[in-house]
Amino acid sequence: MAKKSVWSDNRFWQRSAAWITGFASVLLIWLTFDTAGQISMGTDADLQNGVTKRVPGPTVINYKITYEMSSTRGHEVPVVGGNDGSGKSLFQEKEKFFGRDDWSEEEAGALLHLGKLGSQTKNCMNCHTLLGNGAYYAPDLTKSWLDPAWGPEGSMQAMTGKDTKEEAMAEFLQHPSTYPTHARMMPDLGITAEEAKGLVAFLKHMSSIDTNGFPRNFGRMENAGVRNGK
Amino acid sequence: MASNHLTGIGSESKQLATWYFTFAAILFGAQLLFGLVAAIQYVMPGFLFEIVDFSVARMLHINALVVWMVFAMFGSVYWLLPDETGIETVGIKVGKLLYWIFVAAIVVVVLVYLLIQVGPADEMSIWFIHEGREYIEAPRWADWGITVVALGFVANLFLTGMKGNRSGIVTVLMADMIAFAGLYLTGMFFTDNISVDQYWWWWVIHLWVEATWEVFVGALAAYGLIQMIGAHRKVVEMWLWIEVAMLFGSGILGLGHHYFWIGTPEYWWEIGALFSALEPLPLVAMFIHVMYDWGKEQGKQNADSLAAGEDDISVIKNSPAFIWFWMNAFGNFLGAGVWGFFHTLPQVNLYTHGTQFTSAHGHLAFFGAYATILIGMMYLAIQGTNGIKVMKNTKASIWSVSLLVGGMLGMTVALTIAGYVQVLISRAQMGATWAGYFDGQSGMWFVQAMDWRLISGMVMFVGFSLLIKDFLTTGKNPVHQR
Repeated sequence: MAKKSVWSDNRFWQRSAAWITGFASVLLIWLTFDTAGQISMGTDADLQNGVTKRVPGPTVINYKITYEMSSTRGHEVPVVGGNDGSGKSLFQEKEKFFGRDDWSEEEAGALLHLGKLGSQTKNCMNCHTLLGNGAYYAPDLTKSWLDPAWGPEGSMQAMTGKDTKEEAMAEFLQHPSTYPTHARMMPDLGITAEEAKGLVAFLKHMSSIDTNGFPRNFGRMENAGVRNGK
Repeated sequence: MASNHLTGIGSESKQLATWYFTFAAILFGAQLLFGLVAAIQYVMPGFLFEIVDFSVARMLHINALVVWMVFAMFGSVYWLLPDETGIETVGIKVGKLLYWIFVAAIVVVVLVYLLIQVGPADEMSIWFIHEGREYIEAPRWADWGITVVALGFVANLFLTGMKGNRSGIVTVLMADMIAFAGLYLTGMFFTDNISVDQYWWWWVIHLWVEATWEVFVGALAAYGLIQMIGAHRKVVEMWLWIEVAMLFGSGILGLGHHYFWIGTPEYWWEIGALFSALEPLPLVAMFIHVMYDWGKEQGKQNADSLAAGEDDISVIKNSPAFIWFWMNAFGNFLGAGVWGFFHTLPQVNLYTHGTQFTSAHGHLAFFGAYATILIGMMYLAIQGTNGIKVMKNTKASIWSVSLLVGGMLGMTVALTIAGYVQVLISRAQMGATWAGYFDGQSGMWFVQAMDWRLISGMVMFVGFSLLIKDFLTTGKNPVHQR
């Protein structure tokens, strides 16, 4: 009689399955601890001390944020408060957010909290993508704060009659169907003035998150003035 | 045990299974209906604007999807438990009570989604309207309700598995379902940090659909092969253990392919790429497994017929179910495997992430990997409850499978083309801005793709209607052997 082969033995495969699953799970849990540390939200002290965090603290809304090529990492990264020339943040250049650049940690934190709650309760993710995740019916919001459409050269400030990016965004969010940009419009979601402020803070904060270069070449063609062959 | 699988009559567990299947089928219809609404809105943006907006239709579309599948999965377990363990399910009365609680909760959640839609930016909205997190939007109160129901279900399964004959299939299901229920808990908290939010959110979504649900499908396929073509249990269960090893071995760390761009460290590029690239392998294995067992059993049958000088007869005891199981083996490989692999490497995903490409994959994978086999399980249950020995194809069953599968393939191709337009125009050319996004959306190929997607969706809806017709007329159809 032929010797029984381990390769056709159910016990062998059952044990293999258990070991492989256990090993993968332990590795995942270990990596989760490491990642959790790296993506924990920074503080105001981090920003003041020039500590770059993957997810900066809420007071990042007091700073100018850009998205620029990092020579060391080979892709774009969020740059907070000015660029040292190689894509590293200087944490110096401030930018007024609703008229102030001295939002305290508590105030900025409360705004971000309201904005994050709003992003969920208004169901943003079932039309837009956030960090690339969500639905595909409307533009990605990951770097929307940096979108040239909302900047001084863009059309949205003139359309909403506002002088700053944050005010234009807040106005649009409160009355989206009053300012249609395309046949596909954003519906009125009953967003209040305070909620809109929170949502814009949330968007500005999200643009400062280090997304490993996603999306690539954000606004590149338009910035270079190549859009529409002009 | 040999004959009792042919009848659901007298088994409370099987009766409960049919309840679960019935509500699942209703929700499947709701999923298609709201999918159609969303698809129409891509073509005619004014359709139901500020009445049932895209966000609401889509939330209902994907939530109905998740919930009908969970219902059909619970139903499948209640259906197969008596066959596998040889006993009536333990605690079935509690199981039945939990079923009604589950149904009531889902009805309330759906009504709130439809009638209230959005709330103010506060915790109350999260608790009582919805959480606004794709796929697991259910409000927090419902999360806890679902947890209680899921734990009751897991308790039924464990108590029955421990009391009766614990087959390999039941052992796999026990381990799998405890992970399935436990993982849901990782999606039940609020944080201001969206990177942390999405990190744990993927634990639920990915570790469900690319790990625990896939293993569940492996167990169902094993059960189905034994029931439908009389495959050898030892062989089938050995395959099942190999599949578990391969699915969890690749799928658990394959989670990394969702961590490329959400704020998480770069090492997920390598981990996600390597392990998710391995994810299609078990799906190839599962397809080969089904084909191999079918060929083997039919070959044996043919040899026996030849020796006895009789005509060949099919080993398939339930043709419509077998077609759906076969579609599952192939669809899982094609939708989850091939379409998933297309965009799983970070170098590609940098451009495809968050485009219709993902949508193409999502549609074909959910349908190919899950809808198919769960419809197959419904056919097995219909065979059992109607006391049918050999269940044949009918015109309705053939047309429904053709239209559902054909519609889904059409939709997948359309969405893939739309995804390419987005990748090339909105992403590569225009740099992912608001204006770039709409340049892509107004591209001719994108617009045409959305038309074809809508047409494909309508084809699927006709297929679904015929499926329900076939379900409801099986009892009286004389074509089946009783």
